[in-house]
Amino acid sequence: MTSVHIAAGGDDISGADLFFPPLYDIVWSAVVIAIVFFAFWKWILPSFKRVLDERAEKIQGGIEKAERVQAEADAALAEYQQQLAEGRAEAARLRAEAQEEGKQIIAELKAQANAEAERITQAAHAQIEAERQQALVSLRQDVGELATELASRIVGETLADDARAAAVVDRFIADLEASQASGAAAKE
Amino acid sequence: MHIVDVVTAAGTIALAAEGSAFHPPSMKDFFPPAIWFEGTPFEVNRIVLIRFLAIGLLLGFFALVIRKLAVVPSRGQSVAEMLLDFVRVNIVEESMGKEKAKRFLPLITTIFFLVLSLNLMGFIPGINMAGTATIAVPLLLALIVYVTYHAAGVQAQGLGHYVKNQIVLPGVPWPLHIILIPIEFLTKFVIQPATLTLRLTINMMVGHLLLVLCFAATWFFFFDASVGFKAFGFLTLFGGIFMTLLKTLVAFLQAYIFALLASIYINQAMAEEH
Repeated sequence: MTSVHIAAGGDDISGADLFFPPLYDIVWSAVVIAIVFFAFWKWILPSFKRVLDERAEKIQGGIEKAERVQAEADAALAEYQQQLAEGRAEAARLRAEAQEEGKQIIAELKAQANAEAERITQAAHAQIEAERQQALVSLRQDVGELATELASRIVGETLADDARAAAVVDRFIADLEASQASGAAAKE
Repeated sequence: MHIVDVVTAAGTIALAAEGSAFHPPSMKDFFPPAIWFEGTPFEVNRIVLIRFLAIGLLLGFFALVIRKLAVVPSRGQSVAEMLLDFVRVNIVEESMGKEKAKRFLPLITTIFFLVLSLNLMGFIPGINMAGTATIAVPLLLALIVYVTYHAAGVQAQGLGHYVKNQIVLPGVPWPLHIILIPIEFLTKFVIQPATLTLRLTINMMVGHLLLVLCFAATWFFFFDASVGFKAFGFLTLFGGIFMTLLKTLVAFLQAYIFALLASIYINQAMAEEH
């Protein structure tokens, strides 16, 4: 059967036959083209498009995530730096306060010391005054006694003239001074 | 002789093995005998089966890739994506821009992959026949492109405007139109689809003839010719290897050219001025 076909159609092929396709060839070619076209149109291209879109989305998402993380890190850094600055300011403030307080304490202590010194000085003055008063009192007492003694001596002497009286007084004061000096020397 | 011719259907190399003399390739290679439904519009022969095998392999490859489609691509997916991107970016988007590209992408992608897979069938040993080496597929594809670009042009500009835009070149002194209008008309309505068809068909046809000629001659020199001629066998063998490499290039190139010209024609038809 095949050899018959060849004998009928095979031997008289002309060049023009190459350019005029037989009907069956067109039919099957159309089928092939249609299959491939629909495969690409409805199945292959959409499938790949979906994957490409998904990939683009993932990459986009990744970039956005990276940007978000970067922003968060920046914010955290800024916050940290602000806290650090606040901490430093706080420390400086505390130091200034402490210095101030220290100065105040020193000033208070100085004032107290001054007051104490004043007090002590006053006490000393008071004591000195008291002692002076006491000394005055005892001196008066002594002076009275001495005056009495002096008077009795004067009475016992003959007062001939003013010169004699003056000599008596001078002698008396010299005695007084001498007794005072010897008294002081004995005290020391 | 008849028996030998029948074997032609199974490939010229097999033919040479059974025959005892030099069997050059002939045009009968392009008209193989029917296998089923002889004489009906649904006659199936070797070339028809080769075409189905080709698209079976093509769609099988994509089916395998799509089954495991992932955001992080496997090796097969990377290859598939690279090819699809090549068509989308380097052919369609570059020639007609992103906006129009969306509409015509399925058509151009189909053209590229169908032509490529049919062309590549020419290398498979025992098949050695590109599915595009007979005129039917290139002719149909060219007709589809032809109808598409005219339809797109008419849709974009309206019939009268479109025809005028296509055949009347702007800025030309009017006497020249006597010559230019027929030339432009022939170019747009006859020459473009014809060259699209013939370029591909003849390339693949001649590629087949040259390749088979080289291998048939090699066989003849090695096994049938006298000792003195055996050295020529190496020459033709290297010729065959060279032709195989060249045909690989041509297979890609023709698929690329067909797809690129199709997008350029569509873009040209839609453009307001050219």
